[in-house]
Amino acid sequence: MVASPYLPAPRYARWRKWKSIAVTGALVACALAVIAPLFLVIFFLVARGYSSLDWNFFTQLPKPTGEIGGGMANAIVGTVTLLAMAAAIGVPIGVFGGIYLAEYGSDRANNWIRFAADVLNGVPSIVWGMVVYLFLVVPFKGFSAYAGGVALGLMMVPLVMRTTEEVLVLVPQSYREAALALGITRWKVIVVIVVRTALKGIATGVIVALARIAGETAPLLFTALGNSFWSHNLKEPISALPLQIFAYAISAYDDWHRQAWAGALVLMALILALNITVRVLSRDRKIAP
Amino acid sequence: MGEVNCPHMRLMSTPPSISVLPRPGSQLPSTAFKWAAALAAATIVVLIVLVGWELYVGSRQSISMFGVPFLWSSKWDPVAEKYGAFPFIFGTFISSLLALAIAVPLGVATALFLTELAPLKLRQPIIIAIEMLAAVPSVIFGMWGIFVLIPWLRDHLFVWLKHSLGFLPLFQGPVYGVSMLAAGIIIAIMILPIITSISREILRSVPDLQREAAYALGATRWEVLRIAVLSYARRGLFGASILGLGRALGETMAVTMVIGNRPQISASLFAPGYTLASVIANEFTEATTDLYRSSLFELGLVLLAVTILVNIAAQVMLKSLAGSGSSKVA
Repeated sequence: MVASPYLPAPRYARWRKWKSIAVTGALVACALAVIAPLFLVIFFLVARGYSSLDWNFFTQLPKPTGEIGGGMANAIVGTVTLLAMAAAIGVPIGVFGGIYLAEYGSDRANNWIRFAADVLNGVPSIVWGMVVYLFLVVPFKGFSAYAGGVALGLMMVPLVMRTTEEVLVLVPQSYREAALALGITRWKVIVVIVVRTALKGIATGVIVALARIAGETAPLLFTALGNSFWSHNLKEPISALPLQIFAYAISAYDDWHRQAWAGALVLMALILALNITVRVLSRDRKIAP
Repeated sequence: MGEVNCPHMRLMSTPPSISVLPRPGSQLPSTAFKWAAALAAATIVVLIVLVGWELYVGSRQSISMFGVPFLWSSKWDPVAEKYGAFPFIFGTFISSLLALAIAVPLGVATALFLTELAPLKLRQPIIIAIEMLAAVPSVIFGMWGIFVLIPWLRDHLFVWLKHSLGFLPLFQGPVYGVSMLAAGIIIAIMILPIITSISREILRSVPDLQREAAYALGATRWEVLRIAVLSYARRGLFGASILGLGRALGETMAVTMVIGNRPQISASLFAPGYTLASVIANEFTEATTDLYRSSLFELGLVLLAVTILVNIAAQVMLKSLAGSGSSKVA
């Protein structure tokens, strides 16, 4: 058979086909390689952490160096406390800022604020720790739960602001017009109609932000500092799960390593729970507004 | 005239009775609400200034003491009170570039797989898995790095690399496990989610017409991807990589736990290193003198400046793309 002059030589065509198949295979392999670490991390967290989870872990304080046993009760409570304080700072500022962006701001002002929020989002978390150290720890002469909460709260602000704006913009313009046409004042329209309609979306954004900061260690290193005992008031240093995991993981004791795995499993479970809540909440977000 | 007969006109010309209109209440709550919102939005701008200013205040002593040569002086000796940033700048950039070298090809390939190849049913689970990967805290990656990844690297991958590529200076010298390369790998895992998800968005914005045209010319799947998709999305993918770089530079905890924390400059990737973020994390609370602490603040200032510049570059790149992309589609 004579090869057609219009078709590429068969050998070259075969080579092209094989190359395409090889690349397809490589892409599949890459995708597998990308998700493999997730399963490896979760596998080891469960394999090494689960056996160390017991009643003591959740109820006891850390034991002094060299003693076996003890738990991370104070770190778990500390993490919850810090998250609550962070939310108390980050949620109002973030939500109000989002309202400004979606309802009031001029295009020019909005562009700058959004840009600033994106830049802040990129500030390394360790830098937040240093800034809050100078801002709150030095003037008040001591590491405190307040400082830790503020550091995490400030990190939340740009996240909450952007997600709030995004969901508020989704609320149909006709809702606002209808309410305004009824003679309701602007701020009541925003609170009662717009925010109310988008409430689920805003809540989702807040939880996403909480999940993001729950595992942060770096901003707490020189603000909350960590504590091996219960913190009796917020002016004292406070422990947090990530801090405790870090301290135990780089220590030299096998028992502490064991507990670090258990702590990491608990922290991961907390973060996964927050993420699953987000999935459940946002499942029907498209229908809501 | 027609107007007189038009019922609507008649209706409208009737002056509305005052009682129908809402009573003009106080404007105060409305104004207060608006200002509260504006204040919250302005906080963001104030925060940026605050962050920069505080770091500058913290590092003033070091800046006046060492001046600009701080940036390329490679001596870091707290005992002799001599401080220089170069080993940390070096470590930060090398570990981040290593991470990019690993994460960009993998991330783009995964994004290609997700947009072009994967069966629809498989896409969502993989996307969720990648999002979950992004949710794993740095400190957990670090711990996993210490106890799982590093022993494996030390006993397998590094041995193999040394054996087969040992003629390169990159892969010579003693193998401890904790090393620049280990840090690069951990950072790569941590920036993969963002690179993958941004790349996926970029690839999804490539018009189908591109692909169809290439297929119509008889291109194989790989040729379609290379000629029609990748070359079209090139700039966007570059932007995604820069955004990944921004994340990589500031990565703290996991890096601190696996890089070995030694302020040295070595050609070997098996050698320990140190980064800007990890030296701050390790030494800040033990900084005994004001100058020591101030130097750490200056390292923070350098880190902040670099990450902000990189992030702005990425934003500008991706934003200009969004503008030109939409006009192209139209």
